[in-house]
Amino acid sequence: MSAISGGAAPVPVGTRVGSKKRYAAARQSRDRFVRFWRRLTQSRKTFAGLVILLIFLLIALFGPWIDSQSPSAMSGAVLQGPSTAHWLGTTQTGQDVAAQLLDGTRFTLLVSFGAAAVATVIALIIGIGGGYLGGIGGEVLSMLSNCFLVIPALPLVIVLAGYLPNKGGISLILVLALTGWAWGARILRAQTLSLRRRDFVLAARVAGERSWRILFSEILPHVMPIAASGFVFTVIFAIVTQSSLAFLGLGDVTTWSWGTMLYWAQNNSALGLGAWWWFVPPGLCIGLVGMALALINFGIDDFVNPRLRVTDLRRRGRRAARLSVAEVLAPHASDSAVVEAVGK
Amino acid sequence: MVYLLRRTVFYVLTAIIALSINFFIPRLMPGNPIDSLLARFSGRVTPRTLASLNALFGLQHHEGLWGQYFAYWRALLHGNLGISFTYFPTAVSHVIGASLPWTLVLVGLCTVLSFIVGTAVGCIVGWKPGSFLDNLLPLTTFFSSIPYFWLGLIALFVFSGLLHWLPVSGAYDSSVSIGWTWSFIASALDHAILPAATLVISTISFWLLRMRNMMVTTLGEDYILLAEAKGLSRMRIMAMYGARNAILPNIASFAMALGFVVTGSILLEVVFSYPGIGFVLYQAVSNEDYPLMQGIFLVVTLVVLLANFLADFCYILLDPRARDEA
Repeated sequence: MSAISGGAAPVPVGTRVGSKKRYAAARQSRDRFVRFWRRLTQSRKTFAGLVILLIFLLIALFGPWIDSQSPSAMSGAVLQGPSTAHWLGTTQTGQDVAAQLLDGTRFTLLVSFGAAAVATVIALIIGIGGGYLGGIGGEVLSMLSNCFLVIPALPLVIVLAGYLPNKGGISLILVLALTGWAWGARILRAQTLSLRRRDFVLAARVAGERSWRILFSEILPHVMPIAASGFVFTVIFAIVTQSSLAFLGLGDVTTWSWGTMLYWAQNNSALGLGAWWWFVPPGLCIGLVGMALALINFGIDDFVNPRLRVTDLRRRGRRAARLSVAEVLAPHASDSAVVEAVGK
Repeated sequence: MVYLLRRTVFYVLTAIIALSINFFIPRLMPGNPIDSLLARFSGRVTPRTLASLNALFGLQHHEGLWGQYFAYWRALLHGNLGISFTYFPTAVSHVIGASLPWTLVLVGLCTVLSFIVGTAVGCIVGWKPGSFLDNLLPLTTFFSSIPYFWLGLIALFVFSGLLHWLPVSGAYDSSVSIGWTWSFIASALDHAILPAATLVISTISFWLLRMRNMMVTTLGEDYILLAEAKGLSRMRIMAMYGARNAILPNIASFAMALGFVVTGSILLEVVFSYPGIGFVLYQAVSNEDYPLMQGIFLVVTLVVLLANFLADFCYILLDPRARDEA
């Protein structure tokens, strides 16, 4: 969540701009942020998503304190269903499932958010850089991201992870980032291409601003919601891919994560033993976090996708509709799953 | 035509990049595991196989990188992917050839089915945004967020474990032999129901949400208003004016969807012990069978590229703007 709010935060304005103008620019970007946040929390769906995600983030932070049992400690209570002693039952070796779930939340979320952060930085560099520079360099970068988009990620991740001698968190983050940046880069590039032809960018160019300054203070703030959406999307990708890898036994099976739990459940044939309390909770958690993130993305889309809003306005008469009708219609008309329409 | 040519060039280039990645991965990773693998099998590998493995995995340290690169391409162009250590001494290409049809039929049919149903439902939901159906959307996002393999586990637990309605594993009953006989087809269908249903349920919301969104956008266009003004029937407006335009981005996004479907089906096959390419990949991974792993990555990538190319071709047939771009 912090990443999203950080996404639309004011961008420092350089020294060459006068203080009055700087003040106006800062206020403008703060207004943008307030608008962004208000729209995000306005929709019931998005709000629900934020709440669910917050709960999981709190579990990731304080999980081990909620349930003091050690996730790896074995006991005589083997394969027991949920009870007051063991909230989610026990495994075949008498380990506490709830403790594993709480402990695994931290690693799962840490790796997913870490991978998404690295992937978003790569996407920003390649997407914005490629989109703004244009020319042969831009084409090559675009080609590269399209390539990585088409190459199926999981087989590549599996081959990469299969060769890795060290399967800890950092290498996992890097592998996931390497395979997950392309989608973000593509939508960012599309947005940058349309931005660089807008008047305010042209004006900045004519005024003789340096390229990196235009990139950082004119273009970057405008692509931030899209970058945020790409970030959220990549977190979903990272959670699912990470769990898939762990499930195949390609992760570090001694570190507790939701995927590792599923790996041990599958390897000890929890399914055949009817121990549903062993394999249902981790998958449910993955699904819940994924759903929460998707709901948040609805809200971001709602803010980003101008096409939906513009068509609403055109239909109901442009001037009168500006605020009231758009606000009323927004919850119905403009939540969407994919930001891509912006770029098309 | 120019569009098609450009796409062809793109896919050829992507294939070259993918194959080059495949070439560099074992060479860039610290400590080449192929060396140890070969040491384990030393004496049982013929000199000719050894030479091809050398070319594919870069054990010829005396040769330069370029020399290795060309030797790698030469081996690939001869259809030589090395030998599998899991199914020693069967050739990798043979192992893949035996398992690929299962995956192609299962994943191919499910993707088409999911696309058709998802798009149709999305079209209806998008026609009346804010209706009862529209409120079910968060539920579909839940289904799209959970990993396919976990949904498969649950399906297996309920329908095979508790209810004993459907078989637990495999693609057909071991008592029937493969062929165009009724008993084989019935058995294959019986075994395919669970994996297919899981795949369709997990993928459908992707198409549904996109179609709904595009439908909402399209309905705001002036030509819809004109069609309404002309007094055309609602069905005609929805199908011929709305859906016809809204469906294009769905086809254009085939690339991304297919990557996810392939990814998901690999794990589904592991869950259902379905003898497709994902299951073989799992075995290759568990046995550290690097030639088989890389061979599968290569073939899966090429198949995905081919499917994307076909989707692009459909796009040209459907969208006159893409045709006229030349």
